[in-house]
Amino acid sequence: MTMISEMEKNRQERSWLEKIPAAYWILGILLLIMPGVAGDFILFQIFGWGFILGIIALSLMFLAGYGGMVSLVQMTVAGSAGYMIAIFGVSAIENISLGWPWYLAIPLALAIATLFGTLAGWLAVRTEGIYTIMITLAIASAFFYFTRQNYVIFNGFSGFNGVLPPNLFGVDWRQPAAFYYLTLFWAVLAYGTVIYVSRSPFGLVLQGIRDNPRRMSALGYNVVAHRVAAYAFAAFLAAIGGILLTWQSAQISPGTAGIGPVIDILVITVIGGMRHPIGPFIGALIYVVLKTFALDALVAIGLSGERFQLLIGIGFLAIVFWSSDGVLGIWNHWQQARKRDPLLDRGGSTP
Amino acid sequence: MREFTRRHPVWTVVLFILAAVLLWMIFAVWPKWLVELIGKKKVFLNAVFNGITLGGLYFLVASGFTLIFGLMRNVNLAHGSLYLLGGYIGYEVAALTGYWILAFPVAFILVGLLGMFLQFFVFRKMQGEDLRQTLVTIGISIVLADLMLWIWGGDFYNISAPEVLNGPLKTFFVTAVKSSGEPVFMKYPMVRIVIFLASVALGIGIWILLNRTRIGMLIRAGVDDGDMLSAMGTRIQTVFLGVFAFGAGLAGVAGVVGGTFQSIAPGEDIRFLLASLVVVIVGGMGSIPGAAIGALLIGLAEQLGSVYAPTYSVVLTFLIMVLVLAFRPQGLMGRA
Repeated sequence: MTMISEMEKNRQERSWLEKIPAAYWILGILLLIMPGVAGDFILFQIFGWGFILGIIALSLMFLAGYGGMVSLVQMTVAGSAGYMIAIFGVSAIENISLGWPWYLAIPLALAIATLFGTLAGWLAVRTEGIYTIMITLAIASAFFYFTRQNYVIFNGFSGFNGVLPPNLFGVDWRQPAAFYYLTLFWAVLAYGTVIYVSRSPFGLVLQGIRDNPRRMSALGYNVVAHRVAAYAFAAFLAAIGGILLTWQSAQISPGTAGIGPVIDILVITVIGGMRHPIGPFIGALIYVVLKTFALDALVAIGLSGERFQLLIGIGFLAIVFWSSDGVLGIWNHWQQARKRDPLLDRGGSTP
Repeated sequence: MREFTRRHPVWTVVLFILAAVLLWMIFAVWPKWLVELIGKKKVFLNAVFNGITLGGLYFLVASGFTLIFGLMRNVNLAHGSLYLLGGYIGYEVAALTGYWILAFPVAFILVGLLGMFLQFFVFRKMQGEDLRQTLVTIGISIVLADLMLWIWGGDFYNISAPEVLNGPLKTFFVTAVKSSGEPVFMKYPMVRIVIFLASVALGIGIWILLNRTRIGMLIRAGVDDGDMLSAMGTRIQTVFLGVFAFGAGLAGVAGVVGGTFQSIAPGEDIRFLLASLVVVIVGGMGSIPGAAIGALLIGLAEQLGSVYAPTYSVVLTFLIMVLVLAFRPQGLMGRA
């Protein structure tokens, strides 16, 4: 008897550190020691870029997975944050850039991009399902064409170059290892925040709205307000990703948030899976690895390297055609199959 | 129309005044102050004509899109790719046979067949699954775009119209009056006018088909209640197949028109997909008159915008969409 109560007590006293699953520990340590193992190119180009795209895709996953709203405007929000940091901060285009210090430019860029994403969301939530996709796509393309035509603020076709991160704490944050840790930090923070928000009352209401808006409305929840708030939160995440993306390539131009990249973010999210926040990061890593090495691989087997887009397209088509849940879906499927009881022919956990 | 005037008297007056001003600007000889204010009448008239003819092209693309969406709730984001494919096929046919007119039926049939293929193998399997359809059609458009880039390369192609249609046509619109009192008439490319008239005829044809024939009755019934229609013994899948083929074929024909008007090149697929999205959002999903009004509005806004406010022409288009969404989310002619 006493033993059992002791065990109960132990379980209750387990600190939050112990509650973290083992997989997180392994992954965390692996990611932390990565700069000791991997080369500069891998750190900067694969992991750095992958984490950034992961953050932007995560914002779409949050909207689509928890809110049921597939928004194609997330990359545009990221792009607008990148533009704002270039306009308010320092860039090589000195006649437009205001050159304000980072502690003004970064919060301002985040705020304006979040505002922009919220406004886009406010427009988009007036509609549902497929209409949302169309309207956000239209907003995204309007942003693209506008930035390409406007030379006064957005410097038109060429955009801004020489947009560098501030030399904070005496570290050059564009050094591969430093940039790796910078993006890792924000990726982990974004991931943790999304997990936290998804379990908070707000996240639960959002998931309720996704499943049945009318019922939630009848229960007294303001459906529109929750949806717009979800857009605002997602826009903030995307804005962080956008600033990092601008620092990574040291430039921002209309092409950064063009139709191609906008679709790419959707592709990344779908390939990774929309059920869990880890999906976008998996999708982003797959995408980045493919984008970086597919050229060489295609050339090696005798095909022209230009057919990369075809490869991505067919892969994407195959995934959405057979499993609409991406890599995570395939993983779940495999786990279910492994746990399958041969007598009952049922999955292990689901009744 | 009468009901609209009864319910919104103020808006009717505003619209009436706007229409009157527009008509006056088109037909009257401009007084000096107006010329000083916004430039020559010739520029304005050209922009209006370009806008209207571009609207005709947009209508061709968007009507297929809206027809498919209205009947089957299929979201075909590969519609732009069908347009581009039609353009390339039209170019090949016109170049091979030398008959421009032959490009239209061939593009219609081939792209229509591809549409049937899509409906049969893709959309039929995911009826009612919006998101999956969207994703799959995005995938298809990526693949098609790259295949077309593979075959035709990144060059610009222009389908040349036959000799008869080349050259300008003297219209009866007076652009200015010479000092001798002799009026100057506007000249406009013949081929654009012919194509515009053809698209108007096609629009009227679709309207008659939808509203005056048995097939149209089936389609309209399918739009209203597909389940009930199939319960009454109609082979609704066949109707779906036919409408999808027709809508896709229209996109193909539009591709030939676009190739004659402007040019076809990679990237045009996305441009026209977006144009038809905006047109359909503004006009209302699934409504053919809505597509016509939306196409006209967007075409005019784009052309007038590019003449009078070059930097902001895209924003103007977008602004129209935002205004429509804010006050009439279902689109101008859409049903709530």
